[in-house]
Amino acid sequence: MSETSNYLTKAAVLEQMPEHPAVVALAALGDAFVDAKFDRGELTLTVKPEAIVAAGRAVQAAGYNAFQTVTAVDWFPSSPRFQLSYHILSHQFKEIIRLCTRVEESEASVESMTAVWPGANYYEREVFDLFGIRFEGHPNLRRILMPEEWEGHPLRKDYPVEGYR
Amino acid sequence: MAEPIGTPILTAPVAEGAHDQHMVLNMGPQHPSTHGVLRLVLEIDGEIVVRLYPEVGYLHTGIEKTCEAKFYQQVVPLTDRVDYLGPMANNLCYCLAVEKLLQLEIPARAQWIRVLLTELTRINSHLIWLGTHAMDIGALTVFLYTFREREDILRIFEMVAGQRMMTSYFRIGGLAMEPPLDMFDRIQKFIKSFPEKIDEYSNLLTGNPIFFNRLKGVGYLSPEDAVALAVSGPIMRASGIDFDVRRDMPYSGYEKFQFKVPVTTEGDCWARYLLRLEEMRESVKIIQQALDGVPEGPIKADAPKIVLPDREKMKTQMEALIHHFKIVTEGFNVPAGEAFQMIESGHGQMGYYVVSDGTAKPYRVHMRYPGFASLQALETMCKGRMLADVVAVVGSIDIVLGEIDR
Repeated sequence: MSETSNYLTKAAVLEQMPEHPAVVALAALGDAFVDAKFDRGELTLTVKPEAIVAAGRAVQAAGYNAFQTVTAVDWFPSSPRFQLSYHILSHQFKEIIRLCTRVEESEASVESMTAVWPGANYYEREVFDLFGIRFEGHPNLRRILMPEEWEGHPLRKDYPVEGYR
Repeated sequence: MAEPIGTPILTAPVAEGAHDQHMVLNMGPQHPSTHGVLRLVLEIDGEIVVRLYPEVGYLHTGIEKTCEAKFYQQVVPLTDRVDYLGPMANNLCYCLAVEKLLQLEIPARAQWIRVLLTELTRINSHLIWLGTHAMDIGALTVFLYTFREREDILRIFEMVAGQRMMTSYFRIGGLAMEPPLDMFDRIQKFIKSFPEKIDEYSNLLTGNPIFFNRLKGVGYLSPEDAVALAVSGPIMRASGIDFDVRRDMPYSGYEKFQFKVPVTTEGDCWARYLLRLEEMRESVKIIQQALDGVPEGPIKADAPKIVLPDREKMKTQMEALIHHFKIVTEGFNVPAGEAFQMIESGHGQMGYYVVSDGTAKPYRVHMRYPGFASLQALETMCKGRMLADVVAVVGSIDIVLGEIDR
């Protein structure tokens, strides 16, 4: 891990960027706001999985209006296994922030962001399809890229690159 | 009728009440107007679209998974194949994301040539859109004209990269090699005559009453819907949202260029058509500025452990040979972290999210492509309109199934 000069931890983010609208919005969530970092010019804000939609609403109200994408990273075999990364763009501040949350494999499920941004629909289906993470309240949680009858979730790290033969 | 947007149409509607006239129509994946392998399932009432459900995934090749098994530099050729109509834009976005992770400074000359070629790619992408869109509507001739100019661009790409479509010319840390000497003259010659060619397309289509009537007022998307559905690029700007990554979050030296971002508020297919024509004219301006001001200097960053050495150095210097051998056989380690880089491609906001765990292979590469989001907006744009309008709307959102299915 390279500790670059512009790397900021949560304490440093709160201290040096106290007026950043997204930081202010999430600080209001209290305990659910777990971690923050500022690395290579990008702000990453980590929240508890149960608070992800509340965090989405908070940053939306703070001016981060355009949902860009959601994807997962499989940190197998460490725990919690999955990292969900939401990228939200602000047309007003001309900046992208990353909302993160970590979920366990045993309870790989979060609330759906489609209630805040309907555009999250396909992206969440993709994550469900390729990682097997469920999104509660999603209007149509079905496989999108793989065939309906496919077994397994290809982007998981324990799924071989060549597939099962 | 209570089905929310985005639910699948699996069975024919039962014959009761208002539903008894409805039928389910399957369009694609082999339908000529679906640009590849898009399948649309439509529920129609006579000729009115009641619901529409896109089925995608026919071109899914698992590129994101493949990336995880390759060295960082080996991913570049994979990115060409995603949005196969805008190869340079894919290369650029991936390289910028990895360079952000590496915190690598790219020399000015490489940045300018990247801008130059990416704008040519945008014109290329728009030309294919224009030709196929007009062909869907029934104006076959335009296709022949746009492909004539596209051929000129592809010849320039071939000259630069040795490949017409899968260029892989941008590398992590700069460019693959110094561009050939007469590349600038060729591009200058091309853009000198190109504005007249745009007039020519415009003469064929803009005043054409059939084309006008098929597009005007069709496929309306409100600005609120555009933002909510994550739509970007020309479609979003035709709906009145004034945002362009090149101008508002500049990358690769775009802040040094003067250009206008066309925005209209009509939000229909006609507005998108006019806006893309205008974008091509702006691209010509950017290319002219890039040609006039391209600085001298190196085309690769000064990072011998990351960028492959020049062939001549490799043959004559021991150290360069060692670096070459190490990079090719073992790759290079990228410091752990994550980076999301967004650029403005021909279709909209393209983003690469690269996660590194400190090794020579990317831990995760996620590709955010604009077409995926545009497809979500298709139902909103087509609902309650004629079946024939679906063809016009699909054409106007400029989808490339390669980027949707990845």
